[in-house]
Amino acid sequence: MASFKPTKVQFLPKLGEKVTEDTLYWKNYKSPVQIKEFGAVTKIDFSPLAPHNYAVTASTRIHVYGLHSQEPIRSFTRFRDTAYGGSFRGDGKLLVAGSEEGLIRLFDISGRVALRQFTGHSKAVHVTSFLSDGFRVVSGSDDLTFRVWDVPSAVELSSITEHTDYIRALAPSKLNPDLFVTGSYDHTVKVFDMRSGSSVMTMQHGHPVECVLLYPSEALLVSTGGRYVKIWDLLKGGQELVSLKNHHKTVTCACLSSVGNKLLTGSLDRHVKVYNSSYKVVHNFDCDASILSMAVAPDDEVVAVGMTNGVLSVRHRKHKKDKETLTSRRRRGPSYRVFVKGKNFVPRQDDFLVSKPVKQYLRKYDKQLKSFEVSKALDTALQTWTRTSKPEVTVAVIIELNRRGTLKNALAGRNEESLTKILNFLLKHIFDPRFSRPLLTVGDIVLDLYRQVLHQSPVVERQLQRLMEVLGREAELQQELLQVLGILDTLFASLTPRKEVLWEEHCPMSLNNHCVSVSSVSADVCRI
Amino acid sequence: MVETSDIRVVRCGGSKVNLTPPIISSDSRFVLCTSGDLVKVYSTRTEEWLHSLQGHTNQVTGITLNPANHLQVYSCSVDGTVKLWDFIDGILIKVQLVEVHETVEIFLSSGLCVSACPECFQLVSVHLPKSAEQEVEAKEMSAVSSHISKNPSCTAFGRGGEYIAFARHLQLNVYFFRKQKTYSFSLKATDKKGAKNAFTCIACHPTDDCIATGHEDGKIRLWRNFIHKKEYTYSTQHWHHNAVNTLCFTPEGTHLLSGGIESVLVQWQYGAGNRKEFLPRLGGSILHISASSDGQLFCTSHSDNKITVIESSFKVCGVIQGLVKDAVLTDLMIDPRSKALVLNGKPGHLQFYSLLRDKHLYNLDIVQQEYIYEAGLDQFEVVKAAFDIKGSWLATVEERGKKSSDLEFFLKLWAFDERTQSFVLNTTITAAHTDRIISMCFSSSEETTMLVTAAEDSQFKAWCQGADADTQQDQNFWSCDFVGSYHKLNPTNCSFSADSSLLAVSFQEVITIWSPDTWEMLTTLCQPPGVIRDLCFGRLSCSKYLLGTTTKNLLCCWNLLTCELEWSTSVDVSKLQPDPFSENVAAFSYQSKHTDLFVFKPSEPRPLFTNKNVCSEKVHRAVFVPREEPLNSCDESTQWLNRSQLYFLTQNMDLLTFSTATEEDRMLSSSKQLVIDDSVAVTPFYLLLGKHRQQQQKLNTQSHPVSDKPQQTQGSVTIKELLHTPAHVLPAASVLCSMFVNSFLISNTGVQQDPLSWLT
Repeated sequence: MASFKPTKVQFLPKLGEKVTEDTLYWKNYKSPVQIKEFGAVTKIDFSPLAPHNYAVTASTRIHVYGLHSQEPIRSFTRFRDTAYGGSFRGDGKLLVAGSEEGLIRLFDISGRVALRQFTGHSKAVHVTSFLSDGFRVVSGSDDLTFRVWDVPSAVELSSITEHTDYIRALAPSKLNPDLFVTGSYDHTVKVFDMRSGSSVMTMQHGHPVECVLLYPSEALLVSTGGRYVKIWDLLKGGQELVSLKNHHKTVTCACLSSVGNKLLTGSLDRHVKVYNSSYKVVHNFDCDASILSMAVAPDDEVVAVGMTNGVLSVRHRKHKKDKETLTSRRRRGPSYRVFVKGKNFVPRQDDFLVSKPVKQYLRKYDKQLKSFEVSKALDTALQTWTRTSKPEVTVAVIIELNRRGTLKNALAGRNEESLTKILNFLLKHIFDPRFSRPLLTVGDIVLDLYRQVLHQSPVVERQLQRLMEVLGREAELQQELLQVLGILDTLFASLTPRKEVLWEEHCPMSLNNHCVSVSSVSADVCRI
Repeated sequence: MVETSDIRVVRCGGSKVNLTPPIISSDSRFVLCTSGDLVKVYSTRTEEWLHSLQGHTNQVTGITLNPANHLQVYSCSVDGTVKLWDFIDGILIKVQLVEVHETVEIFLSSGLCVSACPECFQLVSVHLPKSAEQEVEAKEMSAVSSHISKNPSCTAFGRGGEYIAFARHLQLNVYFFRKQKTYSFSLKATDKKGAKNAFTCIACHPTDDCIATGHEDGKIRLWRNFIHKKEYTYSTQHWHHNAVNTLCFTPEGTHLLSGGIESVLVQWQYGAGNRKEFLPRLGGSILHISASSDGQLFCTSHSDNKITVIESSFKVCGVIQGLVKDAVLTDLMIDPRSKALVLNGKPGHLQFYSLLRDKHLYNLDIVQQEYIYEAGLDQFEVVKAAFDIKGSWLATVEERGKKSSDLEFFLKLWAFDERTQSFVLNTTITAAHTDRIISMCFSSSEETTMLVTAAEDSQFKAWCQGADADTQQDQNFWSCDFVGSYHKLNPTNCSFSADSSLLAVSFQEVITIWSPDTWEMLTTLCQPPGVIRDLCFGRLSCSKYLLGTTTKNLLCCWNLLTCELEWSTSVDVSKLQPDPFSENVAAFSYQSKHTDLFVFKPSEPRPLFTNKNVCSEKVHRAVFVPREEPLNSCDESTQWLNRSQLYFLTQNMDLLTFSTATEEDRMLSSSKQLVIDDSVAVTPFYLLLGKHRQQQQKLNTQSHPVSDKPQQTQGSVTIKELLHTPAHVLPAASVLCSMFVNSFLISNTGVQQDPLSWLT
């Protein structure tokens, strides 16, 4: 008649972080490839052209890596002092870099020797960039000036001194060749228009600015400095949109992903954070050292992070193809003959259908439960693989046995080995709020059953000792939590003096119960 | 006081079909079973209820096929009669009155003999006189024994009625009719292992001298050689872990069927020791088993008011399900879509029962766990259920654990699936509250659905349906919206107003009124002493009133506009039930061992209708069921039954209702109409046209009283003759023709009259 209803495994959602599409997207990277550079990696820039090579500025060199190569395919080493800010032109053929000595060099990607040298800065040049027309280079220096250079003639077109401290951030506009944004240690972010020759907008960041970034629409501007990341709306005259404080050390770099324009920020606190469009952190990459520079390849294929210890860590995106090849290699067998043949047959209209009864497939423990073999079912549920990777299945079987009133029978008559298994499982999961209730019952029953013989086995005794310790600790913790709740309650009560209805957390009662049951079991253990 | 003459309490549908063993007709086409004071005939193929044998005036306690004529069936009843029926046509053939004083139970096991048990449970053999009269009094009686168990399955006829075996406690007796002698065999009270040896059922082998007995500890004993007092033997077989409820030999005697609380049908091979087959999970514990005379079909009747038809190959081929009302824990509810009555059904299920057709519609599995048929096991039961106003959501609470220390319960929400036309599980909430849920209701607005649960942990919670913003998935699961409490008092009841703009939650003696939009407490109402027991808002024109009943015999009505007590009376109300289609509210009050019903409008304290002494038990569950077509009675006392019908369940689990005189008239007239003309198939089309034609005929006869009538009849007779006579016996067409034409001529008398009338 009615078929056997299999044991229901309760699916309980984990508390805490929720899995969103963003997290899934950003989790989908392989483990990072580490490349050792000669010094701190200060700048990474991806070529806008198809192979998307990237230039890594570290110490006195600029290395150009291919997307999947771990050896540089080209390197520029003709720097006498530390090089800074190597960045590509819009067509990916030219590269410009500043240096500690104040010289700015212009390289052809295929050549080795600098095509041009721009001299004029009196101090180190930390940021250089092409303007979007490709014929001019803008550079910001520690001598508080930034200068615009003409590429063909290598002459200085203009020099503007508006900042009052080192200039460490620069972002040229991609839509207008005359616009660029600078950030400086004087806490300001300025937007310059070359046509007027002076700043057209000034924003107070409040901290030394380490990095500025323009959104592709160029309506939003990101500036990082101190622990803050600020988003400015340029169309509203530089109004501050959001101020984010998610890092606990200086935020040194920011970049945008090309899919969905998600903001990524890297900081000296060794974290890269990914924000969603409403500026909530959706993902977090951990690194080994403080982060100085970061870049994301077009299509988010690669996330490259440069650190103070001179390590460049490169994360590649996982692709479905890789997975498929892996699984297809594993699966081989009589797939068509067994699984497909005849299954897709569509009966015609006047065919007489004789349906085959659908066979119900049961798990092993269900089969044993069906035939009332309770001890065996518990053994099956306590098998190593189930116990470790799917504890909820084990607990579901325990609950089912308890419901059938046969949990005691299933637990009785065990030897030291299988009892150790059960106790280990208890030790591991007894505090999981999802499982604690049934497991406390199990603990109670085990103690009742084996009270007389426990002393014969030192192993079991040691485990019980541990269980007692752990339970005692848990009881203490619960006590403290209750105290905190009490404090909170008084706070809430004082906050809402007139309201008759008290807002209450869901926990007190449950915690109380939990606490009581925990302490009762620990008392039991103590007795033994 | 309003007169109550034309409204009476009627027992309605859903009587037990599992009281006695069902019987299968010898051609295996019908299953007969007793149901209240009826014998119902079902088809084995389609499981449809065909018709019922109506005539007994009290509970029918036994049926058996007439051994002399396999198309007839004997039935006996507590009213002291034995009736013989033709069950295919449903005709009563014979009535035999059995003079038994203070009849408690009568059961019938063979056409030869009626066994009757008067007050002290005596086995009496009654000779049924053979006479042609329709009503006969059977006077020839002889007592067999008084050592007889109350349980009818402890008595059985053996080998074509040569002897009768009956058992009581630990003694088995066999009475031989020929010798008029009783042999008795007894077992020890306890076995070595402390087994309980009391007899629970008996079956006799149809051809062999063998008696099978079932025992309380689950053993089956086969007794042989019982003609001798000392040299009897028995063999024991044991499979059942609890008492054997019933035993049955197949007609050839090759197999023995047994069943018990485990709900497993066990087939033992007779004479082959321990070889057996099983058919598990039939639902409900097996109470009776019967086999058809050709051995092709078996029937089992179960404790959940169900009859299962099983083929001899051990395949279930039909289920006849009655209304299950053994342990009703939920309220009576009406499914807004199907208008079916919803209440606890099989363990862990909700049953949907059509009251109009008296038919079980379907079971909805709520618990979705394997039910273990074992006595004394504490398993999940559905204790609360509620529908939203459109019937698209169902909320259920299932509970396990009688003591509050190991109480487990789940709150489940079910969405109606249009495609499969049934409810699909949407959300399971494992720890909705920290203690037992006491009351639950859906908001009554059509746009947004909200569920409010009140529990013993002194909180009430509002649950809303909403998609999660973060995951951006369109999952419509339910989550908690608001948690409210009032001075740490335990809530007792909750109710939404008709437009769901207000929520009333009663906390012990205090009623709090909340606004579900802002979750602000608007006001509190209190009328001590006494804890609030029931709470309901008025409907339609009375929606400004809130009614509450307390444990201290008080029925109060508050005006929500002024927040003042409008009126109150001293009535001990056990159930307050508002009618969703009118302003009326029904209140059942229990006083001095009988229940009274008051129907009133909240706006006026004077009751519209009062019925004293509705029944003798307390009423805790009642429901208003909307009628398919409203009655239009103008009588003040029956007006409240115009749009809906009031059903209620007493503590003895009798489902009762009120029926009005007009309703009964209507039913009577319709049944008469069906009886009058049985030569023509009665289709709705016929009824429609027939009425029309009758009216036309009336008109015609009024206008042409003389000329029309004869002509019509004559013509019709001839044509009928012509058309209905088979072609091969008709005379030649040439002979017929003149006759046929003649029939159209107007008869002489008519012709003579006509010119006269013209002349004058």
